[in-house]
Amino acid sequence: MIDYKNILATLNLQIKSIFSGHPIAIAGLIGFVIFVLTALLAPWIAPQNPYDLMVLDIMDGLLPPLSKLGNGDTAWLGTDALGRDILSAVMYGLRLSLFVAFVAVSIGTTIGVILGLLAATKGGWVESLIMRAVDLKVSFPGILLALMMLAIFGTGVDKIIYALIIGVWASKARLTRSSALQEMQKEYIDAARISGIPSWRIMMRFLLPNSIAPVLVMVPMALSGAIGAEATLSFLGVGVPITEPSLGLLIANGNDYLLSGKWWISIFPGIILVLLVLCINVVADRIREFNNPYLKHQDK
Amino acid sequence: MISYITKRLWQSGLLALIMSLIVFLGMYVVGDPVEMLSEEDWTEEDKIELAIELGLDKPLHEQYLNFAGDIIRGDFGVSFVHNRPVLDLIVERLPATLEIAVLAMIIGLSVGIPLGIYSGIKNNSRGSRVISFFSTIGYSTPNFWQAILLIMVFAVFLKWLPASGRGLTNSMFGIEWAWLSIDGLRHMALPAINLAIYKICMQQRLAKSGTQEILYQEYMTFARAKGISRNRIIRRHLLRNILIPIVTITGLEVGGLIAFSTVTETIFSWPGIGKLLLDSIHMVDRPVVVAYLILITLMFVFINFVVDIMYAFLDPRIRHQK
Repeated sequence: MIDYKNILATLNLQIKSIFSGHPIAIAGLIGFVIFVLTALLAPWIAPQNPYDLMVLDIMDGLLPPLSKLGNGDTAWLGTDALGRDILSAVMYGLRLSLFVAFVAVSIGTTIGVILGLLAATKGGWVESLIMRAVDLKVSFPGILLALMMLAIFGTGVDKIIYALIIGVWASKARLTRSSALQEMQKEYIDAARISGIPSWRIMMRFLLPNSIAPVLVMVPMALSGAIGAEATLSFLGVGVPITEPSLGLLIANGNDYLLSGKWWISIFPGIILVLLVLCINVVADRIREFNNPYLKHQDK
Repeated sequence: MISYITKRLWQSGLLALIMSLIVFLGMYVVGDPVEMLSEEDWTEEDKIELAIELGLDKPLHEQYLNFAGDIIRGDFGVSFVHNRPVLDLIVERLPATLEIAVLAMIIGLSVGIPLGIYSGIKNNSRGSRVISFFSTIGYSTPNFWQAILLIMVFAVFLKWLPASGRGLTNSMFGIEWAWLSIDGLRHMALPAINLAIYKICMQQRLAKSGTQEILYQEYMTFARAKGISRNRIIRRHLLRNILIPIVTITGLEVGGLIAFSTVTETIFSWPGIGKLLLDSIHMVDRPVVVAYLILITLMFVFINFVVDIMYAFLDPRIRHQK
């Protein structure tokens, strides 16, 4: 029986020791939570539904920040060419960007962990096959693989999620395998095997919980990477469809107006994108630093 | 060493084969070239005729052999849009991509490594904190967003540097280069800086963590105990050891730079292969996309091979491993 209460208590203690005394990491964590809440609550707190073309008024197009809209509302961050309120568009864009990245990273990590565990426990040709595939993936830059995928299968929210999954799984499989191999050296695994516990059960009940920590450390980094990659691909016009703009596509839309001085269409989604990735990265850095034994020397 | 090289060579060949298969299957089996090439008023017979002409009626392995044979002969087909041999298009645009990638790499290494070693040795100093702060911001800012900011600041507000195009090019060895003229260099500046910022941050982080790991190794303590001068320790013991991960990553990053230049080239209208790829994807110019992917794959296989060999040269432990 797994003692969940105990695990939660340890986790709580660990979170405290990771973040206490590191104000930048705490700020990052708080910022991230705010972004996630904004994304989740966007349909209720956004002034306007930017996907609903019926509420848009072309007469409100290209208004600078703090302008009054035709219906009397204030466009705090201005409007785009279609008369879409930038604040609402950013909230919905944030929602889509986070959704795509979360789904891709969770599926990609799960696939990676399962393949890594399989490689470690099965050995033989299963292991060689999985690890060669990992080598193959790791030797190519993610952006190229994603462009290749999108060139073949076309664009869309689902397609971009597949493309990002391809970018995530390999390093997680490699990491899981090496930590599972270390774990398998330990006596309790031998003991479990001798007691006749089936190997899949050993894998899921003993190896998985004990070798997943290094992978979890990498998850925040993967998340910020996926957000950046999605934004880049959408900016290039091979990501999400125009009808559902993510942060990257919003920036691309405004890019055409930048030179004519209408800066607010691109700048606000851009600032939010950078802040989001920055918040995740400072948290990720702190977690990695905390888990790196070499750096402990300097921890004061 | 020779057996090591042969083994690597064999693996590289296999890698190239697998990637060409993936590109072939992706482009020729998942998509339908007949649908893409046919006009709207075509009958079924016209389409079948076109399929036979393209060799699509043959069994799959035969199609692949034809495809691979054409590539080995250097025949990548003719672009639908430009109506010229694809290879010519790519070869013509490659120098533009290479020159900004190389310039970006030079900037990245020469700025990033010293900053990284400094912030590794002087960890927790104010200078190191400032460097790490900017590095984290640079690392967290997507490439395309940096490009937009660079254009806004240096081209729109300050009007110091041009924001698009390649400027004046001069010929050297029969190839047009932009870096041979002041105007060309001015045009190169923003795209190269755009590519370099990420590199600088990456190298700084790598060099910093490398320095910190090595600083507490026993041989460093021993070297200090022997009374070797600080500069010599840094040059002989520190730099050599941190170079190993940096060389591997840098080799792979040359490829990464060329891949990432799709983004930079598109924003700065830099006429390299990255912009060609993206334009071709948008215009469904399939022969160009296929040729680009195949060539870049071969390039990556080659770079990986060279990196492995360099790695073995730098680290005797790998060279002697069986």
